[in-house]
Amino acid sequence: MLYWIDKNVKWIYPLPAVLFVGLMMIFPIGYTFWLSFHEWSMSNITPPLWVALDNYMSLFKDELFRESLWITFYFTVVAVGVQTVLGILLALLMNKHIIGKGLVKTLFLLPMIATPVAVGLVWVLIYEPNVGVANIFLQALGLPVQEWLASPDLVIPSLILIDVWEWTPMIALIVLAGLVSLPKDPYEAAIVDGASGFQVFWNITLPLLKPAIYSAVLLRLIDALKTFDIIYATTQGGPGTSSQTLNIYGYVLGFQYFQIGKASALLMVFFAIVLSLSILVISLRKKAGAAL
Amino acid sequence: MNKRKKNTMKLISTNIAIYVILILFILPFLWMILASFKTQQQILDTSNLFGFTPNFDNYISVFTKYEFMDFIVNSFLIAVASTFLGLLLGLPAAYAIAKYKQNGLGLLILIARIVPGISFLIPWFIIFSRLELIDTYTALTLSHTLVTMPFIIWVMIPFFESMPGELEESARIDGCTTTGAFLRVILPISGPGIITSSILAFIFSWNNFMFSLILAGEKTKTLPIAVFNFLSYSDINWGGLMAASVIITLPVLVIALIMQRFIIAGLTGGAVKG
Repeated sequence: MLYWIDKNVKWIYPLPAVLFVGLMMIFPIGYTFWLSFHEWSMSNITPPLWVALDNYMSLFKDELFRESLWITFYFTVVAVGVQTVLGILLALLMNKHIIGKGLVKTLFLLPMIATPVAVGLVWVLIYEPNVGVANIFLQALGLPVQEWLASPDLVIPSLILIDVWEWTPMIALIVLAGLVSLPKDPYEAAIVDGASGFQVFWNITLPLLKPAIYSAVLLRLIDALKTFDIIYATTQGGPGTSSQTLNIYGYVLGFQYFQIGKASALLMVFFAIVLSLSILVISLRKKAGAAL
Repeated sequence: MNKRKKNTMKLISTNIAIYVILILFILPFLWMILASFKTQQQILDTSNLFGFTPNFDNYISVFTKYEFMDFIVNSFLIAVASTFLGLLLGLPAAYAIAKYKQNGLGLLILIARIVPGISFLIPWFIIFSRLELIDTYTALTLSHTLVTMPFIIWVMIPFFESMPGELEESARIDGCTTTGAFLRVILPISGPGIITSSILAFIFSWNNFMFSLILAGEKTKTLPIAVFNFLSYSDINWGGLMAASVIITLPVLVIALIMQRFIIAGLTGGAVKG
């Protein structure tokens, strides 16, 4: 027995983990896929009714679905874009001689490891139109006050600001780790050639940092697409439906309206989007020379 | 200006820039802490932001009126149990993936990290209801383990990969089986990796909101759900809300201050290595 285990360690060691993922994730996703072809309201009396592609049809006709698709992409692309640029700049700054670097790095950790629900609620107070510090700040600058989370046009930019605050440090720390491990030789050559600071950054540093940047963007892209805690804790998709991402709409359809079939169809579409986007970014990283 | 003077100027301005940015990032926490020591009237009075005498009423009422101690205990038990289960399942898996280059399995774990949790939330609710496991520690621990385990594997793969192979070989020569070598040689020297992955797993379980939102009930309500419920009271009790937010972030904050090197390594390690 022991000998047999020893011979097959390669397979036996990962087996419990794989079984767990199969049971807790892959089987349930299959179940969602099955439900997406049925009509059901989670009742014990009436069983799920086979409706073929009806749920998908009604989904694509649903304006709220198209809106949530747009909101999700808008939020994700802008948030990740802004925090990538800011993160790289912050990393370049942090790579200099900073007094108390250890403490600075620790404090920059706080936004990303603090409990998202608590973070969301603090920002609700900051954005509060009457007593929030965001408007006090605008007033001090002589600018007109805003409705922030309560305004349909401003709610997504306001949420993007929270996401940028929360996750720019992570991109900075990943890029900083990449910066620290850069080879010295190309820089010496560039100095001999008399390159300017910006030329060195654009032609040497940035290309060498590509794997680190791709890793950071991959992680952020996936997580930003899935953002739930912050949005649910601050706006619950509101005002109206103006911050209802796919994630929130799926939750509302499934657990508030109990439209299990349609919710499942939406979740399968969402799942497909996240997966194909991840595969795309992973293959881009492979091309850039990263291992996994 | 001579070169040395110029460099000193540069150094000073870089430091000022970094510290200004840092203060901007810390401000929301400062806000949370300030408001948690204010009365509702003091929070609503925006003309005087800093001049107030701190009082602890919000903290006292959070514990006496809203049974926060129960929620803290729930969150703690579930985070510890799911971290432990995650280690039990994840450590051998990570070791096999690192040692035998099981890239396919590595990819499966990456997918488990990628898949949106909501895509299996409805089946979870149905299955756990049928098994009468809603509002039990079992259901919550199992669900949180789907967060902790991939994370532990993700952090441990590069850790095991960087370990010299001779260690295991010499254990084998001394007559150990692979399992014996894993248990007696590899695990005992993996302390730093295990600490890093456990801390992060604990934090991510502690912070989890979505899974507890559907699987927790009155008996097993976790801290994030309890804090969120504060919002639904008609008049928002800002002081209480902020005191609750401080209570939920404080443990994570303390862990971060003590273990910062481990946390940075864990959060960025898997990504940088790639």
